Amino acid sequence: MSGIPHDHYEPKTGIEKWLHTRLPIVGLVYDTLMLPTPKNLNWMWIWGIVLAFTLVLQIATGIVLVMHYTPHVDLAFKSVEHIMRDVNGGHMIRYFHANGASLFFVAVYLHMFRGLYYGSYKAPREVTWIIGMLMYLMMMGTAFMGYVLPWGQMSFHGTAVITGLFGAIPFIGESIQTWLLGASAVGQPALNRFFSLHYLLPFVLLGLTIVHVWAFHTTGNNNPTGVEVRRTSKEDAAKDTLPFWPYFVIKDLFALAVVLAVFMAIVGFMPNYLGHPDNYVPANPLATPSHIVPEWYFLPFYAILRAFTADVWIVQLVNFVSFGIIDAKFFGVLAMFGAIAVMALAPWLDTSSVRSGRYRPMFKWWFALLAFDFMVLMWVGAMPTDGIYPYISLIAATYWFGYFLVLLPLLGVIEKPLPQPATIEDDFNAHYAPKAEADASAKSAE
Amino acid sequence: MFRKLTLTAATALALTTGQAIAESETHVHDYDFSFEGPFGSFDQMQLQRGLQIYTESCSACHGLELVAFRTLHDEGGPALPEDQMRAYAEFYEVYDAATDEYVPATPADHFPAGTYEGAPDLSLMAKSRAGFHGPLGTGINQFVKGMGGAEYIASILAGYEEAPECAPEDFDGYYNVAFAPGGFPEECIDDHGHHTVPGSWIGMPPPLYGDDVEYADGHSTDIHHEAQDVAAFLMWTAEPKMMARKQAGLAGVILLILLSVLLYLTNKRLWAPHKHKD
Repeated sequence: MSGIPHDHYEPKTGIEKWLHTRLPIVGLVYDTLMLPTPKNLNWMWIWGIVLAFTLVLQIATGIVLVMHYTPHVDLAFKSVEHIMRDVNGGHMIRYFHANGASLFFVAVYLHMFRGLYYGSYKAPREVTWIIGMLMYLMMMGTAFMGYVLPWGQMSFHGTAVITGLFGAIPFIGESIQTWLLGASAVGQPALNRFFSLHYLLPFVLLGLTIVHVWAFHTTGNNNPTGVEVRRTSKEDAAKDTLPFWPYFVIKDLFALAVVLAVFMAIVGFMPNYLGHPDNYVPANPLATPSHIVPEWYFLPFYAILRAFTADVWIVQLVNFVSFGIIDAKFFGVLAMFGAIAVMALAPWLDTSSVRSGRYRPMFKWWFALLAFDFMVLMWVGAMPTDGIYPYISLIAATYWFGYFLVLLPLLGVIEKPLPQPATIEDDFNAHYAPKAEADASAKSAE
Repeated sequence: MFRKLTLTAATALALTTGQAIAESETHVHDYDFSFEGPFGSFDQMQLQRGLQIYTESCSACHGLELVAFRTLHDEGGPALPEDQMRAYAEFYEVYDAATDEYVPATPADHFPAGTYEGAPDLSLMAKSRAGFHGPLGTGINQFVKGMGGAEYIASILAGYEEAPECAPEDFDGYYNVAFAPGGFPEECIDDHGHHTVPGSWIGMPPPLYGDDVEYADGHSTDIHHEAQDVAAFLMWTAEPKMMARKQAGLAGVILLILLSVLLYLTNKRLWAPHKHKD
């Protein structure tokens, strides 16, 4: 493996040498764990571990849930209640799993915004970023299908709405929707295939996690300065880095324990707070809930979907130019997927030569506004579509696109970046002054 | 079925004419329940009183299909003594397919389904009506005051009032100040589309009037106390493992905080030489 120069595994005993020539697995584990990691990583670099843990948590609890769950339209709801009432510890396992989805998305959003601020998506880490985006899409699909399985009112009518999005695609939409559902309407075939995919996708996600880690182990971690680790020699690299084990493992485990304490409090004391109460009503095709609201983690993109209504001029323009093929509904669908696509294209839209937002005086503020914009979209996504709300969602959605398509290319040209530290070591020592220097400065102060 | 369809039709009509049903203001009272907050627990006597109200009043129309009789004996619930629980189960009859006849229920059987089509099953009512209370649907009241389905149920049961004067005499249903999604007469909507009175008209006739039962423990039987007792009981039917869950949550939080402290100290010591602090 290329990358930062460091000591590699050397088999010493006879049996180690024997195994190493046949299967270098110990070396792989050693090199992965001893990866030189920039020593100035801050507390925003802990979400990867939280995500890895959550994926394992979801798979472990999910496997147990499947042992007691029945994917049948007449039995699914009751089997979930059977888990809640009769299975030993079942209520905890299910609440861990249901709230685990929320933990997953809290962590992934912080992880993504970390990457957006510190420029982790920029060369040479574009592939890590793109794989991450694929993982995010897969997470959304998995979470959505998982929400369908209890077969409550929101499961059922949410499925109708979300698969209806694909139905908005001109000409072939209806066929796609039928293909997704396995029937012309939401029912048993949809439940069966969602169950199958909900079990499959997490393992694909696990595979992608390995590729994601492989990619950034090749390029090395980004860090808060955005300055690369010196690769001129092993000694230089060692001044900028510390091995992942034990320094970052212990740090990450500490952060994980704190995050899990909060998670445990939510599971123990308010496990239904983040869910929709209507999903405790069995699915009834004849009674549509007055507000169909997706889970909180979909709300920002749901808001973008609903922002572009038929009375917005750009929608009318596109509708006219496309001879009516792209109507408001399809425009909304394109906008929703486009909102994720522009984020995926950030490595090529960002023209700045400076990686970290820390040294970009203008970018900093626009980024803060983007984070705020994301929260506004999340809030407005849960609001009804009348009164002032459509205007708020339209403004917020416009800023989302404006940030990626206009500001990122423009800022790189007009912005005058601040000076960056020459090395990671300099940055680290600026915070934690070495003894000799500290003594010297103390003396000069006297 | 017919009622369900008319309700759906009413909803569809309201949506197309642009009146948001959620606009109607409701009076949901923030009752103090013993099970609120991280340390709150069910009041066993209250659950038993609630069971009595359910048995003598609600069960005439509603069912509790998801609840097994044996769970009435469970710790953290009404905790009836085993003989009482068995006697209570025998009071119900269930269909036995093997002999094709109705036999007294055993502890393993569930409460029967409701007898009236329009009456929803109550097993999960307290969770499915938890709502998202607070300004702008932010859930603040739910988070801070612990307001949820139990408050809503008790408010509905005690929320029947004289119909306001604006409504026609023969308007279908019963006026209830805590109920939002019911029918609403056009006469009570002003020119701006706002409701002039809170609540709406509910299909269920008033189930409680006060003094409907006689409690063995001599507890007050005014309508508010009765409503709270049955709401607490329904909270238990919806979340029978609540006490075990909170206990596990508390133990988990304490252990994780302890682990955090140990890892914090380990981390600090590990990094000290590199941060030039030793």
